[in-house]
Amino acid sequence: MNYKQLLPIQFLPLGDKAVVLQFEEEVSETTHAKIQAVVQYLDKHPSPGIVAYVPAYNTLTVYYEPWLLSNKGKVDPYDETVALLQKALKKAKEYKGGSSRLVEIPVCYGGTFGPDLEEVALHNKLTPDKVIALHSQKIYLVHIMGFAPGFPYLGGLDIRLATPRKAEPRALIPKGSVGIAGKQTGIYPIETPGGWQLIGRTPLVLFDPEREQASMLKAGDKVKFNAITEAEFKTLAAQHEH
Amino acid sequence: MSIKVIKPGMLTTVQDLGRHGHQQEGVIVGGAMDTLALRIANLLVGNPENMASLEITLQGPTLYFEQDQLVALTGANIAASINNQSVRMWRPLLVRAGSTLVMRNVKEGCRAYLAVSGGIAVPAVLGSTSTYLRAGFGGFKGRAVEAEDVLPVSNASIKGAKLADYLAAAAIGAWFSQPNWTLEPQSYMVYEESPLIRAMPGPEHGLFSESSREIFWQSNYQVTSQSDRMGYRLAGQVLQLETPKELLSSAVTFGTVQVPPQGLPIILMADCQTTGGYPRIAQVIAADLPKLAQVQPGKSIRFKEVSLPEAHALYLKQEADLEQLKSAISLKLNTP
Repeated sequence: MNYKQLLPIQFLPLGDKAVVLQFEEEVSETTHAKIQAVVQYLDKHPSPGIVAYVPAYNTLTVYYEPWLLSNKGKVDPYDETVALLQKALKKAKEYKGGSSRLVEIPVCYGGTFGPDLEEVALHNKLTPDKVIALHSQKIYLVHIMGFAPGFPYLGGLDIRLATPRKAEPRALIPKGSVGIAGKQTGIYPIETPGGWQLIGRTPLVLFDPEREQASMLKAGDKVKFNAITEAEFKTLAAQHEH
Repeated sequence: MSIKVIKPGMLTTVQDLGRHGHQQEGVIVGGAMDTLALRIANLLVGNPENMASLEITLQGPTLYFEQDQLVALTGANIAASINNQSVRMWRPLLVRAGSTLVMRNVKEGCRAYLAVSGGIAVPAVLGSTSTYLRAGFGGFKGRAVEAEDVLPVSNASIKGAKLADYLAAAAIGAWFSQPNWTLEPQSYMVYEESPLIRAMPGPEHGLFSESSREIFWQSNYQVTSQSDRMGYRLAGQVLQLETPKELLSSAVTFGTVQVPPQGLPIILMADCQTTGGYPRIAQVIAADLPKLAQVQPGKSIRFKEVSLPEAHALYLKQEADLEQLKSAISLKLNTP
């Protein structure tokens, strides 16, 4: 299906300061492309009353400031936002997901860096080496950024690696940890509690508020993991520390 | 100019009106819990309403002022004194050099705000000075203030400086000085025993069973002690979906009421995550978020359903009132 024909199922309010543009309840690259096309349009056409927009798997939530957008109550701010989104849906240029950048992320798998590698292997009746091979050969799509600053929800995990979350979440996960949760994989950019199965760690800094682009990844990026040794991890980690 | 922290209080953080537009990178909005109180505090000292101020939680800090400093205290009703003399909230306060401002426990409400003329001089990170505790950035060194911290203060605006000069001249030899006008705090701080929080049905409201929807809008919920800047966990009657369903994660925001599978609602607050996957039964209206921010753990709340047009009307009224207040304060500051 061409995403151009993909129509939202509905517009609905999330309270009195946001409109949710909702598509069919599924994880698909077609929906992703449609949402990103609208995001691109909104990026290019900033509107004073639009505060922020948050894409997710099948929704795009647009936050507005009612006071500004309604011109102090002269027009309906919800209707204004819906009209803007309808225009964006109609006028959005094709989203060239295929030409988006590929970010390669070095990962040291297993050992102290990936304490759950064995568990993931055991759960899926694979050897740890096979888990590493399957995880590092795929190209993943960043569907959304969320949960914590710079945290990518990646789609495209080999189904043979799908593993449920830990029964009890860890109190603290080291930053850079690469994890699996169900059919998703992702990277923890900051130290935080969390329940994903940890299979490795990257020395790259995924989020740095001092950088011009604070988050290394953004929705629509493609990601590939490259397995590295512990020695390489240490060298790279030293380069990224400052 | 600077302010020295003698005692930090329970949780005192630098906040402004939040870090908007970075949710796409997973960066939370954060900012003051009671934005109305923060905005008014800033207006009272001649600041733009978004300046970096202190958010004080339940137990206030003790602050030492090396130089004369114009400040204003708003929000939760908190006992504050200088040299054992009570100071008034909701009006400008010139603290004279060498004085110590002691704030005790809040008597009503939960969070008080201290704005300083010129604003606390901390660098903006991703466009905001608010403290993001979990990620450790923004505000003062990315953390709550601690004893011995010295908080730098920027230069006052012309309006702020003019008022400070006037108050200084009117109070030679005193520890502090306040003008004799005040706002009517009762219009901003109504602390009911069991406040009514108005909300709209959330995107997944219809997925809940009819009896659960009825319970939600009719029963009392207690804000438990497991409540903080990220969210209020509620205790009360359990809510259930008509049929269990796993949802895809979608955006959540300040005021989103989500219900995890165990059935007890959580109201997401200022420091909430950007996306979530639990069904959203309701969304607290923007006009009632300041009231919600002032509910102490242990207190009960009730939800009342309102429509989108009603919610907008209430919010627009609140903003229009604030515009009026802004002009009134501006007039007072120009002719103290």
